[in-house]
Amino acid sequence: MQKNNGFMSWVDQRLPVSSFIKNHLTHYYAPKNFNFLYFFGALAIVLFVLQILTGIFLTMHYKPDALHAFASVEYIMRDVSFGWVIRYMHSTGASLFFVVIYMHMFRALIYGSYKQPRELLWIFGVLIFLLLMAEAFFGYLLPWGQMSYWGAQVIVNLFATVPFIGPDLAEWVRGDYLVSDATLNRFFAFHVIALPLALAGLIFLHLAALHSVGSNNPDGIEIKENKDKKTGIPLDGIPFHPYYTVKDLIGLTVFLIVFASIIFFMPEVGGYFLEHNNFVPADPLVTPAHIAPVWYFTPFYSILRAVPPILNSQFPGVAAMGAAVLILFLVPWLDKSKVKSIRYKGSLYKKWIIAFVISFLVLGYLGTVPSNIWGQMPNFIPLLGGLDWATFIARIFTVIYFAFFILMPWYSKKDKTKPVPKRVTYK
Amino acid sequence: MKKFIAILIALLMGLHNSISFSADGSYHLDNAKINLDDEQSLQRGARNFINYCLNCHSANYMRYNRLADIGLSDDVIKENLLFTAEKTGELMDINMDSTEAKKWFGANPPNLTVTARSRGKDWIYSYLRTFYVDESRELGWNNLVYPNAAMPHVLWELQGVQNLEDNKLKLTKSGLLSAEEYDQFVLDTTNYMVFMSEPAKLVRHKIGYYVIGFLLILLILVINLKKEFWKDIK
Repeated sequence: MQKNNGFMSWVDQRLPVSSFIKNHLTHYYAPKNFNFLYFFGALAIVLFVLQILTGIFLTMHYKPDALHAFASVEYIMRDVSFGWVIRYMHSTGASLFFVVIYMHMFRALIYGSYKQPRELLWIFGVLIFLLLMAEAFFGYLLPWGQMSYWGAQVIVNLFATVPFIGPDLAEWVRGDYLVSDATLNRFFAFHVIALPLALAGLIFLHLAALHSVGSNNPDGIEIKENKDKKTGIPLDGIPFHPYYTVKDLIGLTVFLIVFASIIFFMPEVGGYFLEHNNFVPADPLVTPAHIAPVWYFTPFYSILRAVPPILNSQFPGVAAMGAAVLILFLVPWLDKSKVKSIRYKGSLYKKWIIAFVISFLVLGYLGTVPSNIWGQMPNFIPLLGGLDWATFIARIFTVIYFAFFILMPWYSKKDKTKPVPKRVTYK
Repeated sequence: MKKFIAILIALLMGLHNSISFSADGSYHLDNAKINLDDEQSLQRGARNFINYCLNCHSANYMRYNRLADIGLSDDVIKENLLFTAEKTGELMDINMDSTEAKKWFGANPPNLTVTARSRGKDWIYSYLRTFYVDESRELGWNNLVYPNAAMPHVLWELQGVQNLEDNKLKLTKSGLLSAEEYDQFVLDTTNYMVFMSEPAKLVRHKIGYYVIGFLLILLILVINLKKEFWKDIK
């Protein structure tokens, strides 16, 4: 941007637009060795914007009223021009948001992007993940189908397990003795304004923290430690714009192809994105035989079900489920490894991360099916006889899930790391 | 570690197989070979649905004039199908009072607009073909797909009367339609109900091909754009 350009210089004297573009795009240096896992951050931003935009149009036609909610969604699907595209974009976008965020978190995990100096960046990320789960949960009640209703009933009842104040707490969250119109109204308020606003703020902080420390990369090498002596530009860095803007366009286009394939050809994704039972209007008098949360909550739901009640209280399960998410906050301090990236970590770490990913996937699957799906263990097995196989397997993987984090200080220290090169590997 | 994973996978697969082979006793649904491009079938289905279902069951998320999507003009709808409404822009509602209905049948007949999405096409197709006489039931009918269903066999005059003998259905009194004609009748109705559950389905796929075609061309362009920019990065 030239200084003598009339309009821009007028603006720049009042608001530093040009220097902002320079600092954050054209002269913001990112490592040149990003792989496809680095698309997911940009995709998450795109999805956030898409969810807001489609959400605005859905809000124009949706009625947050227990008597009209279900019908108003069908009205959007039928009588609003291209309402079905907007609704499917929003429902598919919700699920894909979690696909993208899980990939984004996995990327950070294997390349050590949470390690010093990026701890705060990671913490903002985990906060975004937490709010996103809340946002998805509140939004899922709005279509007012059977799964919306009973899913909310189950989750709100989790609060009732808290010792002493539980039942009052659950009633306070619902605003009624059971999930009702009052609940729908407040969930609508949280879904369309409170959480999106908080998310926007946290995303801003996440990006601000990122741009202040700079991106990590698949080698886990700080590019700022190797600068050109004359210009002060990192030797392994390239300007974000145009290099990563054009590269991200590829990721975005591939993503949109997947997105469009789902919207136009399989919007229900076999009942995983839109559950079949949710096409039945909510009925407080008919409890469905099998209540399953949407797929992105199922790993945590499995952990909840796996933990046996202690002293007749379900609270330990609820606490374990909460801990499964909250433990992510501690990762920067649990990892004692000298190196960041999995590329230079030893086989011990690799075994643990594989076990963790498998446990996450198996728990995720088990959360979608009834716990008696694999039958019961034979009675001759001491202690475990009569226990559901699926529950037993879920318990094993719950232990592995937590062991990955709790034992991290030990195995990351003991692990034999490889020497880290000075410069990033490219091609 | 690798061994552990292999054992694990084998274990999971083994367990999984053992479930799929164990029958849980429920009726195995017949595949409804519907075709949403068959306008004739959809129109016959609409006629069947409005004549036989839309007396007790409402479908009041659907408007009559949406039948234009399956080739029925406003005039045709007005003359032949408009029993419960005045104008074609109205919803497919019914006049039956829901509290009365509950008294008569023991359950309120559900709204059928999106039933094809909750139950699936095969369920509807099988359900409407597996009613049998059961004196123990209040209305004298039972069903294989949905045991102890509150609904009587509304279509018995068409299908005839079936009895359950050794867990198999046997036609003991023939109806107005032959077995093939009745299957087609139910198939048309199912086809229509799938259309009604999501009218956009008729255009969704067609638009989808254009969108994905456009995105594929865009992909080629952005790949080349990226290559051009990244040429000088070494």
